[in-house]
This record gives sequence, structure tokens and C-alpha cells, in this order.
Amino acid sequence: MTAEIKTTRDVFIEQIYQRMHEDENIFFLCADFGSPKLDALRENFPNRFINVGIAEQNLINVATGLALEGYTVFAYAIAPFLTMRAYEQIRVNLSLQAQLKEINVNLIGVGAGLSYDVSGPTHHCLEDISIMRTLPNIVVFSPSDWALAQKFVDYSIDVKKPKYLRFDGKPLPQIYENASAIKFENGFSELFHGEKICLITTGYMAHKAINVVKKFADSSVSLGLIDVYLLKPFNENSFYETIKNYTHVITIEEGFINKGGLDGLISTILDSKNSDIHMKRMGFGDAYVFDIGSREYLHKLNNLDEESINTTIKEVMRES
Amino acid sequence: MSITDTNRHMDFLREKALWVRKETLKIHKTAPETRIASSLSSVEIFVVLYYGKILSYNAKNITWEGRDRFIISKGHGAISLYPVLADLGYFKEEELKKVCKEGTFLGGIPDSIIPGFETINGSLGHGLGVACGMALALKRKKQTETVFVLLGDGELYEGSVWEAIMFAGEHKLDNLVLILDNNRICMLDYCKKILDLEPHKEKFTAFKWDVSTVDGHDVTQLYNSLKTLKEERNNRPKVLIANTIKGKGIISLETDPLCHIKSLKPAEIDKILEGFP
Repeated sequence: MTAEIKTTRDVFIEQIYQRMHEDENIFFLCADFGSPKLDALRENFPNRFINVGIAEQNLINVATGLALEGYTVFAYAIAPFLTMRAYEQIRVNLSLQAQLKEINVNLIGVGAGLSYDVSGPTHHCLEDISIMRTLPNIVVFSPSDWALAQKFVDYSIDVKKPKYLRFDGKPLPQIYENASAIKFENGFSELFHGEKICLITTGYMAHKAINVVKKFADSSVSLGLIDVYLLKPFNENSFYETIKNYTHVITIEEGFINKGGLDGLISTILDSKNSDIHMKRMGFGDAYVFDIGSREYLHKLNNLDEESINTTIKEVMRES
Repeated sequence: MSITDTNRHMDFLREKALWVRKETLKIHKTAPETRIASSLSSVEIFVVLYYGKILSYNAKNITWEGRDRFIISKGHGAISLYPVLADLGYFKEEELKKVCKEGTFLGGIPDSIIPGFETINGSLGHGLGVACGMALALKRKKQTETVFVLLGDGELYEGSVWEAIMFAGEHKLDNLVLILDNNRICMLDYCKKILDLEPHKEKFTAFKWDVSTVDGHDVTQLYNSLKTLKEERNNRPKVLIANTIKGKGIISLETDPLCHIKSLKPAEIDKILEGFP
């Protein structure tokens, strides 16, 4: 079976469009942001599709009002603008409100990490995992492929909570060819089981890590790889059971490190278990990226390309 | 209603307003953290909405589908709604003595944790957008209830309010009534001296809203306008500019541009209450 290449948002929107035929309770809002798959939805559901304009704050507020009246709402925008322009709307109307009332608002942010590579730092999204994870009562979903997103459709409709869906902007190959390997109750999947060192990724970086793990396997080094797709809620016990026999873990994320992103999630678990597993963090340091170039080029500049991951693993191997 | 009945009804509303003003002062006496001046400018608005029966509501079933939705975006100015809600049975009257005290649900700024409040309040500029979502939902569900939302004029400085004003006009939300408590004072000064947004009327009209203006302390004007606005379905959202006085009824507040952050001393409140009819 070949790994089909698809854009996460297109697969997800296509599914929501199908659901809207049978489920009259679904509203789809956007802040003037499209997708080829959105065209049919816009045309066929003019009463339940609304473009609020370039107005992310109102996007969240209108979504809240609809959800308070019982609708399942999808609110779609570019990830950094959705999460950061409208952060206080999310905090007040979704995070706070969800502690008192059932509201189902699914925030679909497109452009995780450096998806919008050449658009510069306003369009890069390196903060969203940590800031969204900070908010109580919100689910944080960061899928590495479109198959995960496809499977998340049921969850997004059935679980009546605010959710942040962090989608990559680029077409990516399928990782999860067997949907039963996806475990939303855990929040992660162990894609490769290794001996001493385990890579832990979220989103796009899983693809890089898979390549790295395969290359090491060719030289008989067995690395583990865990893909974290639901950062909240996260089954800490199940996760710890999975990693407890490794001596070293390396977190790899297309986001700032040391600020409560994926690395924060993992280090907190290791701390709470008094674990002696060593942890190394890969991601962006405390600076924005003004360089222009492809995602690959920007990764290279920031020591996040495959070669840098290789180097880090080799350093860790020498330690272990 | 006959003229006599109408007069009696208005007398009743005026009496209620006086009573609410007194009760609000009593709450402020035990909870000086509450925003008294802002809560006094909206007294008649609350009285007409609830005792004037402009709102359809059910205190025993707060999620009743047939209720009109009322969002109080200027949450800090809603302490005067506490005695009204207690009187109508949303919660027990003895709770009013516990405002801002440990263990109560009645804080200095009300949230939906209090029966009768629909949303989270306290941060300004959110209520109108949420009200737009509710009004849209009611239309799609083919329900006839009205969404009322109360904003302070200082809140119009929030950009998110204008995003919602644009949205409501474009989507013809004629089941949405915005009541603007136009008390003309922010936290630090008269709005006119900070950023003069007047005239409001032309701005709302330009965004496809219907605009009416009343004396926000005149229960007859408020009642007649709100009754008409609630019933009218003409593809246009409505704003009722209620010209009010911040700290209404208390001279030391009415004349102070810093009244927003002013608390009255217990002895002062006792004296004021003695002077009330």
C-alpha cells in the first residue's frame, strides 16, 4: 500500500461537508479563509456556512453564540491569527465558558509550524501548542497526517468541548494506514519500538523522524518513535508505560522549545514519575525566523532538519 | 392597556427602580469592591426588561428554550441586577448579603455560574459577538425569541464590538436588540475627553442598524421603545441608545468623572438611604 499524499484540511473539510448533509446541527464558519474542498460546502450550505470576514475575534464570539444554542461549530482560519489574534476570545468564551456549560466549538487552525514557510514570521506558528495547552477545558489536537484528521471527525462532533485542531498547511503522506492504530484515548501512538532512544514528535516532524528512524534501522540501530497527536487530554500513565524502558528521549517539534510545548508536556510527565530518563529538546529557540526560504531550508538554519536530528541522536548515543 | 392602567404600570416600574437602587446600595455597603456608579446607570434598563415583562423568562427553568436571551456585556455594571434576579426567584434573597464573600457565587462581576446570566462577563467587548451567534442560531432554528445585549458606551472602544456591529447588520439580525448604557464615562474620564465617538447614531446607521434614543432613566420611554423594538422584524438589528447618568441618584457620584472606581463608605450609604423616599 502506498502512502497517499493529501492535505489535512481538505480531507477534514470533505468529511465535515458529508456530515452536514445528514447532521443539520453543524455550522461551518471561516475568517475569509478557503480550501478547494470548502467550495462545495459554501455553495450547498449557504445557511450554515458563514464567512465572518477577516475578523478572528468575531469568529470566536459568533461560534460561541451558536454553540450556546446547541450547534456544533467549526471555525476555520489561519492558525497564528486564530489562536493569537483571538486568544482572549478563546479564553473567555470557550475555555472559561466550557467549565460551566457544554459547548462544541472546533477551532481549525491551518498553518502549523512553518507550513507557510516563505510568508515570514507573522504566518509561522511556533507558539500555539504551548498557549493553547495552557487553557483549561480545551482539547489540543496536532495530527501528523490526514488519516488522523479523518478519524478525528467523529471525536470533533461527539465530544462536546472546545477543541483546537492544529493542521499542517502542506500536502503530506499518510502515516496511519491502519485506523485502528489511532488511539485518541491515549493521545499518542508508538510508531516504532526501539531499544534505548525514543524520538517523540508532534505534527509534521513525525515525517522527518520516520525517515531518520528508518535510516538508523538500516545500520541496525533500533530507535523508538512516538507520535503525539492529542496533547490534551493526554494519557500520562499509558505514555509512561510506553517509554519507561528507554534511557533517552528526544522531543522534536516545529515550535518554540522550553515554553510549554510538546517538550513541556513530556518533561512534566518525566518529573512527576521521578523518572531518570534523559530528555533532549529539539525545536526553535527563543527567536523568530525572518529568513526566507523553503521549510527544509529554514529547518536546516534552525538545526531541525534530518541531518541535525541524526547528529543529535549520535550525541545521545555516545552519552547512553 | 388603558391610560390609567399604563400610568399605574409606570408608577410600579418607578417604584421598583427606587427599590432596586436602594438594594444595590445595600449590596455595595457590604461589598465595596462592586462598581456602584456603573451599576446605578443601568437600573431602569433592568427594571423595565424584567418587571416591565419585556423579557420572556422563567426563573425556575433557566435554560427554557422560550426565554429571550439577555447578555450583559458590561458585567461590572450588573450588581443592580442581583436584587432583581433574587426577587424573581433565580436564587435566594439571602445570597445578596454574601456578595463578594467567601463561598458565594455572587462575585463583583457576574458570570454564567449565576442563574440568570447567559455568558462569561468581565472582559469587555465580547457580549455583542456572542449575541450575534445566538441571534443567528435562533433564526436558523426558526425560533421567535429576541436576543438583548447590554453594553456600556466605553465598551465601544473595543474593536471586537465593531466586528460584531458589521456582522449583525450584514446578516440582518432583526432579532437582536443592543441596549447602549450611554453614561458617557469610562474608568478614568468622560469618553468625550478620551476618544470622542459621538455621534453614535450615524455610525450604527451606516452599518445597517436601526437606531432609537431614549432617556435611560425614564421608564415610560424605555418601556415603549423596548416593546416596539422587540416586536419589530424588519431585517435590521436595533440599537437603543439609553442616555444615562453614571452613578444616577447619588450626587457625589454623578458629578465625578472618576466615579467608576469610587466606593461609597457605609456611613455615606446609610445617609443616602435615609434621604430616599
